[in-house]
Amino acid sequence: MTGADAHRAILAVWRIEQPRLITSLARMLRDVPLAEELTQDALLVALERWPATGVPEKPGAWLMATAKRRALDQLRRGRMLERKHEMVAWELEAEQQAMPDLDSALDDDIGDELLRLIFTACHPLLSREARAALALRMICGLTTEEIARAFLLPDATIAQRIVRAKRTLAESGLAYETPRGEELSERLSSVLEVVYLIFNEGYTAARGDNWLRPQLCNEALRMGRVLTSIAPLEPEAHGLLALMELNASRTAARTDAVGEPILMLEQNRALWDQVQIRRGMQALGRARELGGAGGVYALQAAIIACHAQARTADDTDWSRIAGLYAELAAVVRSPIIELNRAVAVGMAEGPEVALAMVDRLAHEPALRSYHLLPTVRGDLLHKLGRYAEAGAAFEAAAALAGNRREHDLLTRRAAEAAEAAMSA
Amino acid sequence: MRFMFIVKSAHAAAPTPELMEAMHKLADREIKAGRMLDNGGLMPLATGAQVRITDRQLSVIDGPFVEAKEVIGGYAIFELHDKEEAVASAVEFMQLHKDYLPGWEGTCEVRAFASRMS
Repeated sequence: MTGADAHRAILAVWRIEQPRLITSLARMLRDVPLAEELTQDALLVALERWPATGVPEKPGAWLMATAKRRALDQLRRGRMLERKHEMVAWELEAEQQAMPDLDSALDDDIGDELLRLIFTACHPLLSREARAALALRMICGLTTEEIARAFLLPDATIAQRIVRAKRTLAESGLAYETPRGEELSERLSSVLEVVYLIFNEGYTAARGDNWLRPQLCNEALRMGRVLTSIAPLEPEAHGLLALMELNASRTAARTDAVGEPILMLEQNRALWDQVQIRRGMQALGRARELGGAGGVYALQAAIIACHAQARTADDTDWSRIAGLYAELAAVVRSPIIELNRAVAVGMAEGPEVALAMVDRLAHEPALRSYHLLPTVRGDLLHKLGRYAEAGAAFEAAAALAGNRREHDLLTRRAAEAAEAAMSA
Repeated sequence: MRFMFIVKSAHAAAPTPELMEAMHKLADREIKAGRMLDNGGLMPLATGAQVRITDRQLSVIDGPFVEAKEVIGGYAIFELHDKEEAVASAVEFMQLHKDYLPGWEGTCEVRAFASRMS
């Protein structure tokens, strides 16, 4: 094994054990940032020792013992006078006496602890970006460099984000506990928001120039599965998992051989991952059973499910999609959802009705520089045979498009419309 | 990356309750960690069948079968970062057999799914 191989092998072992290490230490120390640091320390010790000794038979127990020893050292050296630390140190000593806890690694249920950790990493006290970085670090075990690469940001930016977030957590003195009752659903939405942010960060980067981007989707999916298995009664957790699984099922069909994006209706549906679609449908079914059919994530998942279940683009049930968008618009007021609803209505009931909807959106400030508004408008006008107006709309859209490929496509459509206007 | 673990052994011995319990705990942990997507044990080969093509002839063969080399006993499907993580995970799984079923011999084959992406 080369040094790099050994390094990767050790990192892999550590990653499997990491959530348990952090949660156990956090419970003992009542300090999540410190627990996270000690877990990192244990990794460093392993990287130093294991290349020579080989990976121990019970790597989890080894890492745990090492991290606990570090915790003890640190507490002995430092603020021993503080009562809290005295108590913690005493507990740690007692545990150390009872060592080795070689088999306990599998003995206690990690679910509640992990949930607590996720709620801490995704605390609403932190910015969304900080929550995302902290979650990827503490729950998925990604290194700072991996997170930076995934978000296309400098290492230092992510490192600083993490340091600040941990400081905020440490200074806030917030309890390390799972919220209950009404607070739970409020806090859960802060968690789901972060998971979805991570997913979209990986998913909307349609250009495949960085192989690490799909990894973000996978991390988000993994966290989604964690949430549904440890908080199985929360419908929106299942709704979000369904939305992510169903979207991710199209991954292989979303780009062509040179990495250019392919629009959904033009994708080769044979490339959609049917196993993943099935998992998404299962999660959506679960969300509905739990009474969550009207949740924001479940509704979006239901829309994607309409596409996933249509064998060809022509089979798409557009009136159902339009109805789901109407339901969604009633929950979250957003002009972008309204625009999507107009597209669905246009497919279901014809361009005339849809055009009236789009024209009502013309003065929405949020859509002022959004190129898809004139794109959709141009498309509807073209279908109505109003070619000159369609051409003008496509030109306006091209001027707003930030992306080269989209700009080219819209310019082409403007020219086609102008030509049609001439011959009409 | 998606992986399939295929567990093969020439030993017909049924797992001990201790091994079953340990495997159950490990599976539970892996599911809760969002890594394991599916798993299952298979009934003995003798109760199965083989549909084969040899010499351009298709034939259906019912058990029992003569070749009793390593037989697939179970499988699991994982979503993991990389091959290293898959190997680490398989080592942990096999360690349980070493601990709870002394004398058992077998193989856990770690195979990545062919991806249409790459």
